Amino acid sequence: MQTTSPRFKQNAAEALVDPNLQQALGMVERGFIVKRRDAAAALPEFDALRASGRAIKDHVLENLDLYLEAYEKKATEAGAKVHWAVDAADARDIILGICQAAGAKTVTKGKSMVTEEIGLNDHLSANGITPVETDLGEYIIQLRGEHPSHIIAPAIHLTRAQIADDFRRVHTHLDPARPLEEAPTLLAEARGVMRERFLAADVGITGANFLVAETGTSIIVTNEGNGDLTQILPRVHVVVASIEKLVPTLEDVAQIVRILARSATGQEMSVYTTLSTGPRRPGDPDGPEEYHVVLLDNGRSAMLGSEFQDMLRCIRCGACMNHCPVYGAIGGHAYGWVYPGPMGAVLTPALIGIDKAAHLPNASTFCGRCEAVCPMQIPLPKMMRHWREREFERHLQPGTVRAGLGLWAFLARRPALYRLATGLAARALGLFGKRKGRFAALPLAGGWTAHRDMAAPEGRTFQDLWAAGERRR
Amino acid sequence: MSGGPSARDAVLGRVRAALGVDSRDPGRRAAIADRLAAHRAGIVPARGHIPPAEQVDLYENRLKGVMATVERLPDAASVPGAVAAVLRDRNLPAAIRIGDDPRLAAMPWGAVPTLAVSRGRSFGADLAAVSHAFAAVAETGTTMLVSGPDNPTTLNFLPDLHIIVVDAADIAGDFETVIARLRARYGEGEMPRTVNFVTGPSRSADIEQTLVLGAHGPRALHVLIVG
Repeated sequence: MQTTSPRFKQNAAEALVDPNLQQALGMVERGFIVKRRDAAAALPEFDALRASGRAIKDHVLENLDLYLEAYEKKATEAGAKVHWAVDAADARDIILGICQAAGAKTVTKGKSMVTEEIGLNDHLSANGITPVETDLGEYIIQLRGEHPSHIIAPAIHLTRAQIADDFRRVHTHLDPARPLEEAPTLLAEARGVMRERFLAADVGITGANFLVAETGTSIIVTNEGNGDLTQILPRVHVVVASIEKLVPTLEDVAQIVRILARSATGQEMSVYTTLSTGPRRPGDPDGPEEYHVVLLDNGRSAMLGSEFQDMLRCIRCGACMNHCPVYGAIGGHAYGWVYPGPMGAVLTPALIGIDKAAHLPNASTFCGRCEAVCPMQIPLPKMMRHWREREFERHLQPGTVRAGLGLWAFLARRPALYRLATGLAARALGLFGKRKGRFAALPLAGGWTAHRDMAAPEGRTFQDLWAAGERRR
Repeated sequence: MSGGPSARDAVLGRVRAALGVDSRDPGRRAAIADRLAAHRAGIVPARGHIPPAEQVDLYENRLKGVMATVERLPDAASVPGAVAAVLRDRNLPAAIRIGDDPRLAAMPWGAVPTLAVSRGRSFGADLAAVSHAFAAVAETGTTMLVSGPDNPTTLNFLPDLHIIVVDAADIAGDFETVIARLRARYGEGEMPRTVNFVTGPSRSADIEQTLVLGAHGPRALHVLIVG
């Protein structure tokens, strides 16, 4: 997928003044945040399960070579054809080859972020094969020629009215005067349109939430049932999974699914958790005759053994972005690539390069909510700091930022001078800001005061107050 | 074409180099083999650790929580009449699709002569299907179905109404128990082609986070608990 991450700042500025986007983002809080909180509170073992899930993933990552081999062996014994892809181009070619060998004209797709990552749809289209996204949100954004703005709610940036306009534009075989105001009407229309495509597809492509080494099984977790119709109706089922999706056993899956949906949508379980092992068996009346699994590295192995290894525990629940004030203000598209929000701010630089994604680790207030809600306890703010350090080392920041940091470091290493400078500044700002208690404009701080006032200090620094014994608990 | 043995070696080689590990290390191999063979349970929520009768109540309760409908029947002989009543109540035609499950086949369908029972997978035209569950999980109101000629997977997803028959004795407190039963039935490390854990009817909240039932799978899920 093409990235617009390098123009993150312009993306964000445009997002802040997009009325449709701001209306849509306003619904995140009463949705995901409240539901996740209630679901976590209703399960006394929730935090113990988080620690358990983390330990499982850490163990797998430390032994990933052996688990990949074990998985491949079991899957192959069950009749799967396992393919290995070093990078996105490898994966695209493998999948195209499977589709061509199947004589495929149309391909249905379950929701899969990894196929976004490898730019699969464009590659299939360019080679004369029509990819059909079947998840409702993915279908809507495919109609619009867009990409997902959220990893589990791809069309969260859109309002009902926008979706209704798209359906009228594209579903021209239906009565133009039909009512399309409410979500159930829109869903019913998409269901009807999609049914024929499910039944007509030659190949079905899904992602995977887990690959189970014990049994050679791939697992998808969905609510709509589209992933299942995608994989049981066509003659060929292709699973695309990145290598960190491995878990050892079914018991390990049980640990992680207990926190996955609760963290994502606040459900105790998603509606469909589906385990697939090999192709259709003798005597089976349905299911695919061919079952392929494409194991994709595409930059993951380089994260192993680095300060970014913990990121590979991510189970793609989306809790970090749901709770992120920056994501909540600008939405997912501003991040400019497949993975938005805090997990994207850490993962994107690892996968496309920090030179292209340098703004993303800086798009954080370090409030820490992402780490606090992460079911896999991934230290997202810490890893964003690691990226900032790498940016500094590689001189990727603008000169003004480096100069400012240099000035701050100069003062911070000289405590007497630091106290003098901050004391003067606090007194001066306190004096000038006394009347209103805030500044509507301030030299060198236009980036701040353009959007909100700067609070005026009261005249003394924190260190002064601390020294004077003014401590409040 | 890309991929192939060289890609496999490249990926595994990169993983080993990054981790600084040796694939021939017998200690590592043995540790992983042991962990896979032991498949120990982790944290199991206390919620399901209750007597069997209460597990049935919990399952019923959770089913309602995920917007399924549920009824309890005294015996398998009551199933055909209950199925006919559900179809009638929902203004659906008196017709169902079922697989070859012997437990379903043994039910007295002839006692409800108005009900048309056809056998086999679905091709998309069936409005209602009846499946027999392999097991159920009280903890979350989840019903477990396995693929095969007995209960074709297409019946779980294509019809508008999915009716699942669950033996009360097959209801367990937690996932670990039903995983153990699956292993006991199919063997260590072996699986049926598809296992479906179903928790309520199909739904989507992709439009303005408004929850709507009946996305691409069944619009309604009705569970008949027998015994």
